[in-house]
Amino acid sequence: MSQQAFEPKLVGFLCNWCSYTGADLAGTARMTYAPNLRIIRVMCSGRVDPQFVLKAFQEGADGVLISGCHPGDCHYQEGNYKALRRHRLLSKMLEQFGIEKERFRLEWVSAAEGAKFQKVCNEFTEQIRHLGPLSWNGGKKNE
Amino acid sequence: MIQITIDGKKLEVEEGTTILQAAEKAEIHIPTLCYHPLLEPYASCRVCVVEVNRQGKKELVTSCNTQVQPGMVIETQSERALRARKLNVEMLLARAPAAKPVQKIALELGIEKPRFEIKDPDRKCILCGLCVRTCEQVVGANAISFINRGQEREVSPPFGEPSEACIGCTACAYFCPTEAITFEDIHDRKVIHDELYLGPSTAIRVPVRQAVPMVPFIDEDNCIHFKTGNCQLCVKVCEKEAINHEMKEEEIEIEVGSIILASGFKSFDAYRIPAYGYGRFPNVITALEFERLVNASGPTGGKILLANGEEPKAVGIIHCVGSRDENYNEYCSRVCCMYSLKFAHLIKEKTEADIYDFYIDMRCFGKGYEEFYHRLLHEGTKFIRGRVSEITDIPLTEEEDGKLIIRVEDTLIGTVRRIPVDMVILATGLEPGLSHSELAHTFNISCSQDTFFLERHPKLAPVSTFSDGIFLAGTCQAPKDIPDTVAQAGAAASEALALADKGSFELEPITAEIDEKLCAGCQICVSLCPFSAITYNKEKHISEVNEALCKGCGTCVAACPSGAAQQKHFRDIQIMAEIEGIFID
Repeated sequence: MSQQAFEPKLVGFLCNWCSYTGADLAGTARMTYAPNLRIIRVMCSGRVDPQFVLKAFQEGADGVLISGCHPGDCHYQEGNYKALRRHRLLSKMLEQFGIEKERFRLEWVSAAEGAKFQKVCNEFTEQIRHLGPLSWNGGKKNE
Repeated sequence: MIQITIDGKKLEVEEGTTILQAAEKAEIHIPTLCYHPLLEPYASCRVCVVEVNRQGKKELVTSCNTQVQPGMVIETQSERALRARKLNVEMLLARAPAAKPVQKIALELGIEKPRFEIKDPDRKCILCGLCVRTCEQVVGANAISFINRGQEREVSPPFGEPSEACIGCTACAYFCPTEAITFEDIHDRKVIHDELYLGPSTAIRVPVRQAVPMVPFIDEDNCIHFKTGNCQLCVKVCEKEAINHEMKEEEIEIEVGSIILASGFKSFDAYRIPAYGYGRFPNVITALEFERLVNASGPTGGKILLANGEEPKAVGIIHCVGSRDENYNEYCSRVCCMYSLKFAHLIKEKTEADIYDFYIDMRCFGKGYEEFYHRLLHEGTKFIRGRVSEITDIPLTEEEDGKLIIRVEDTLIGTVRRIPVDMVILATGLEPGLSHSELAHTFNISCSQDTFFLERHPKLAPVSTFSDGIFLAGTCQAPKDIPDTVAQAGAAASEALALADKGSFELEPITAEIDEKLCAGCQICVSLCPFSAITYNKEKHISEVNEALCKGCGTCVAACPSGAAQQKHFRDIQIMAEIEGIFID
């Protein structure tokens, strides 16, 4: 490892209606936050297949975030509840692979919560920075 | 039909008509005191006596309760009738000299002073029995009646004691012609009201004079009919027979294609700022309460008065109550500066009071607004730039005694000032209306940080929401004044109409589809779909997506074990490619 501070590579799956819009609001409000989170837009957090999470870790992600509408407010009624269930089960499985619970995170960010998105990005980045890089990823390690 | 002659006029009337009613039809005036068209006649005052020629016999009868007979000849002003009438009125005047209607008829008949002894010069009760009849026939409470006889006769509840039968409806006072019965309004001018009609009103009423729709409602809690089963005078007088006490709340289901939410605002609750003394000081009122006060159809007829009925000599108007405040609402409520200026102008017009206007900024953004502010500057209102810290009634000097003192930092001068006034108007801000959070949940609408409904785009789509077919108009979306509300309402209406008018509907092409070859018919997707867009085809043993119902959430795709279900434009292979793309160096 080099002398520089470790910059975590984070992947975020954001639902279009709430979280993506909330992140957009953080942008239009010119809020500054850590640039480590790369966003993939899906229509609903319920679209997030566990295989996406595994693929992200495999490709080199140090942390994965799923963000959706608050429970009860899902644009498609219930998709975020499915995301919640999948997150809980997948977390357990990932732990058995040796991936710490903290690396896979689920957040609810509404369309008005630009500030919350900023906070989540910054916190997640610092948390993973402390945790360090993920020590396995099938050999596709990034320097 | 019966033929009669009254004062020489020939008349034809229906059977059962009384002489008084016939006279009314012939436009002949007969004075009355104890008669009321809505009550059974009692004929106690004897003022309506007329001379009647019936089958050759002449006699005096009371016209209010005597029915006409065929061939009757009636003289309302004959010498005998007039003599009897004058005597009766003279006696009534001696009994109740303070009764104004009796005085009026006495004057008309040329009676100056009764020749009989006046026992009680202040008495007003003429024993007409209207109150008793009202309580019996209209209200049905039977709480009062005549007691004693002769000179001692009077109206009273049983044994002269307050009766439980009395329901406090004040109908007796309403029907009393001489104000012998009055009621005390035990509410003083309370300015703390949930509904803004400050002032006494009837159980059936229009909420305010400018109500839309302009239709009265029945206040079930105060309506006599719901207490005693009687009255229903409103039903009797309504020509259109439009009143129905049996109406019950109904829930009606209407199928529509688009919905416009225009649920409005409510005022910031001034109780939340205890330092301003709202609720403690009766002369600290909110903006809406002042609007009602100054309205010509309001409780004071538009006069600006303090709680004790006097005119204020100094008024303070405080801007930004609950707005632009990190302790309450951070946003600016947009309308308060302008309405505060309006108030200052109205107070100047209607009273001699000194006016102090406490502001942070003057937000006069609209057409003619700045020019109006300029006019105010010349009118003599004193503008003080600073936030008011508190309103107190504890005086430090003699001139502050009995006043409300406004404590404020005058930022332009750079000192803290104490300004004594008589009335304080709080320019309370706007908050989303009463059913806001319920509506948000029912329609699945998001709210922005200021808690108003979220528009699809702050600049480019201010009337639509993220749900197709649901539009926003007015202050439920953000604080705004009347011109902006009207403009937004027009926009929302036209977008809703355009939707209906198109005849076709555009769907986003991001629906899910199921590959027949890969689908195993496990039906996991069927139960997951919140819109019931997937059905199981029993013949083919596969599941199928109805594209018209599919909203494109992709939940079924994530759950499909075989990858048969895919979402157009969000296919697994596409998202996987995105993930790979993130890590390409």
